[in-house]
Amino acid sequence: MSAPNPNRIVIEPVTRVEGHGKVTILLDDQKKVKQARLHVVEFRGFERFIQGRPYWEVPVLVQRLCGICPVSHHLAAAKAMDVIVGADTLTPTAEKMRRLMHYGQTFQSHALHFFHLVSPDLLFGFDADPAIRNVIGVAQKFPELAVQGVMMRKYGQEIIKATSGKKIHGTGAIPGGINKNLSIAERDEFLKDLEQQMSWARGALKIARDFTVTHLKDLADFGSFNSNHLSLIREDGAMDLYHGNLRAIDFQGNKIFDQVDYQGYTKYIKEEVRDWSYMKFPFITSLGPEKGWYRVGPLARLNTADFIDTPEAEAARKEFMAVTQGKPNNITMAYHWSRMIELLHAAEKISELLHDKDLQGTDLVVKGQRREEGVGLIEAPRGTLFHHYKVNEDDQIVMANLIVSTTHNNEPMNRAVEKVAKDHLSGVQITEGLLNRVEVAIRAYDPCLSCATHAMGKMPLEVKLVGPDGEVLDVRRS
Amino acid sequence: MTAEGKVLIFGFGNPGRLDDGLGPAFAQRMEQETPAGVTVDCDYQLNVEDASTVAQHELVLFVDAAEAGPEPFWLNRLEPVTHLSFSSHSVKPDALLGMARDVLGKTPSAFILGIRGYEFNEFGERLSEQAASNLEAALDFVRNGLCSGDIGRYLKQNEHRYGWRSETPAASMEGAS
Repeated sequence: MSAPNPNRIVIEPVTRVEGHGKVTILLDDQKKVKQARLHVVEFRGFERFIQGRPYWEVPVLVQRLCGICPVSHHLAAAKAMDVIVGADTLTPTAEKMRRLMHYGQTFQSHALHFFHLVSPDLLFGFDADPAIRNVIGVAQKFPELAVQGVMMRKYGQEIIKATSGKKIHGTGAIPGGINKNLSIAERDEFLKDLEQQMSWARGALKIARDFTVTHLKDLADFGSFNSNHLSLIREDGAMDLYHGNLRAIDFQGNKIFDQVDYQGYTKYIKEEVRDWSYMKFPFITSLGPEKGWYRVGPLARLNTADFIDTPEAEAARKEFMAVTQGKPNNITMAYHWSRMIELLHAAEKISELLHDKDLQGTDLVVKGQRREEGVGLIEAPRGTLFHHYKVNEDDQIVMANLIVSTTHNNEPMNRAVEKVAKDHLSGVQITEGLLNRVEVAIRAYDPCLSCATHAMGKMPLEVKLVGPDGEVLDVRRS
Repeated sequence: MTAEGKVLIFGFGNPGRLDDGLGPAFAQRMEQETPAGVTVDCDYQLNVEDASTVAQHELVLFVDAAEAGPEPFWLNRLEPVTHLSFSSHSVKPDALLGMARDVLGKTPSAFILGIRGYEFNEFGERLSEQAASNLEAALDFVRNGLCSGDIGRYLKQNEHRYGWRSETPAASMEGAS
């Protein structure tokens, strides 16, 4: 770790676990922002935890990594284990059940983030009093939105429960397939509420769209920068959140690589270690660490996709892309609009799947030629999730490497914080406005820091202003 | 008297993080022996949709691992509050009650049972020996309450005996998850 620098401002979350993330803003001798760094401590015990465990346990075990996105880890691990057991093509029932699980997860995750974390910023403004700029403030002024957030989250969670089993011991996806189908009764329960959920998703999209368009001039520069973008993409160029090949584009939309089979991802993506952060910095190998970093998640997926294969989300995508004349959108705050397009897309996909009789099929599992190595990728709500395993002849895990979405977005989040700090830090005082804006910039990425520790989601920010002599001059906490 | 069918026991925590799994372990054991009409639920953490579940009950007992406080467990009454958070994907029990009140218009009685744990910051699906012992004591305590016929009254009666307030308010509010 680097030596302490007295000219620094620390924005630190208060938690009960040592080593959580914090933001450090480094000042130069003129007290101007020189650099900003977001530190996130990545939990390093998982590889040891999983060593020696039989491969078929992995899709269940990996859910312990994170209480926020257990389904994403469950499915990415299951996809890697499909490769291990030689299941190159799943049965229609297995693949569609997994997709339903995944779209349910995306739906509830995006709804939670938007209604309960982001909507206060959008509805009340970045400078609003924190006493009202929160979900309770939303509940008081826009009670219907707060209820919608709760009910959409619940709907998605119920889909997850119906497809994966118990909330805390989900076992739905297994190597080579799925362990249950969807009963008619379960399907009909979801169909009853579907149109209401679709309607709420349209409403959320409208809020995000209207906010972005109305404030485009201000948002265009807020924490923004040009970047590469990476995601899975279907063979025909459609957005596909469950499966596809890798596509990376630069900030203008030029393809860096396309339709890359992710089993060979190590040739295209490398991870850099930096001495000041426990979290790695992935980059595109051919561009190197300086130029090869990229964004993942909803914004990247909108930028990389040629089209979306559901009608309402596709119409929204066209409108979204028109804002930047069809070129990639590099506006950090556009994450929210793109996330809500995906929310509607997830609802449309859920509808499509619920009307598909394959979900009641009984052919659930396939197997093929056993392999020793497998990679599983999925477009998790926050971005591309990599799971890579090696298995020995005794069926035990001997190697695991995971790259989570928040790790992909590590460099972009650092850049967003630095941009905000440079634009909004005045003097050597941490103002409420600066604190709010740092929060807003990080929140755009919907980072999941809980893969790092078990103390999930406790992320108030504490800002410390440290003078040249090391004295704490100011403390501000969100 | 707490009406039958209106009691929710909700254990939360991550069973893959050693003693953090005390809440789910409690729920798992309770589920096998709970009288009809008492709902048992568990999850890695509490979240907004749980406000809907909470709002459907008259009494809620949250069960979580505790990093601090007396052994083998402590019991505190919860009041609904408004919590602010920066990037929370989870909700604290008292904030969940606040959501049930402010969003859904319901305010059930609520308590949190903090079962003392000791090992948290590693992966592993086991409880430490002392935590496992504390779990048994906590199970016996709640069993007695259920057998009394009015668990709400029982918890109120025992609130002072087992209550604990940390100097750090959060520690006695939310356990360890």
